[in-house]
Amino acid sequence: MMLKLRYFAWVRERIGKPEEVIEVPPNIATVGELMVWLGSRGEEYAHAFKNLNVIRAAIDQTHVRPDAAIKGANEIAFFPPMTGG
Amino acid sequence: MKPTVRLQREPFDAAAEATKLARGRTDVGALVTFTGVCRGSEAGEPIAALTLEHYPGMAESEIQRHAAEAAERWPLLGITIVHRYGRILPGEDIVLVVTTSSHREAAFAAAEFLMDYLKTRAPFWKQVEKADGTMWVDAKAADDAAADRWAIQSRQRATAD
Repeated sequence: MMLKLRYFAWVRERIGKPEEVIEVPPNIATVGELMVWLGSRGEEYAHAFKNLNVIRAAIDQTHVRPDAAIKGANEIAFFPPMTGG
Repeated sequence: MKPTVRLQREPFDAAAEATKLARGRTDVGALVTFTGVCRGSEAGEPIAALTLEHYPGMAESEIQRHAAEAAERWPLLGITIVHRYGRILPGEDIVLVVTTSSHREAAFAAAEFLMDYLKTRAPFWKQVEKADGTMWVDAKAADDAAADRWAIQSRQRATAD
């Protein structure tokens, strides 16, 4: 499936781009699996997804956990823990 | 009551926002204003500025969602939240939360609840400029704990009901 991915803060810096559209293999079912797969796409991705415990995700602009299914998603975002306020 | 949520690059006028929530009404007995200000240091080192990155769209909807939750939990008469993004200098304001209610307990509690959630759930990220370069600010465990206590209270309330 085709997915729009968005990256923020140091995840964006490490990958080197704010967003991209990617063809995701059909065997990737969850956000956690997507992170592991992305981490195998090259040095920048490996660096960004080195420690999966500190990466947060959102599907279509709603926070989700790593076990969330990606089926039906339009946009998935990855980012570090938030530091607003 | 419809909460006002605004994200903007420009500075805001906290006093003017507070006045807007109370003007012309006689049911407001408490008005709480919280302003988060950019400190001149981070982790003990001086900073030249901080830059706030945000997730446009999600930032607005997350804040609106928490404002709606606050309105459900407390008898509020008004909520205004303004969050800045972009480059902010030490001494400048970053975030504003204004709550109004007939009595102070609700206004105080809701303002604190909203700030705790803004810090840990609203998609904003702070980067600071130091003498030796820029660095992303780490999330603080204390902020997570502050946000978590509201979830615990709501579970306890659910059990009590």
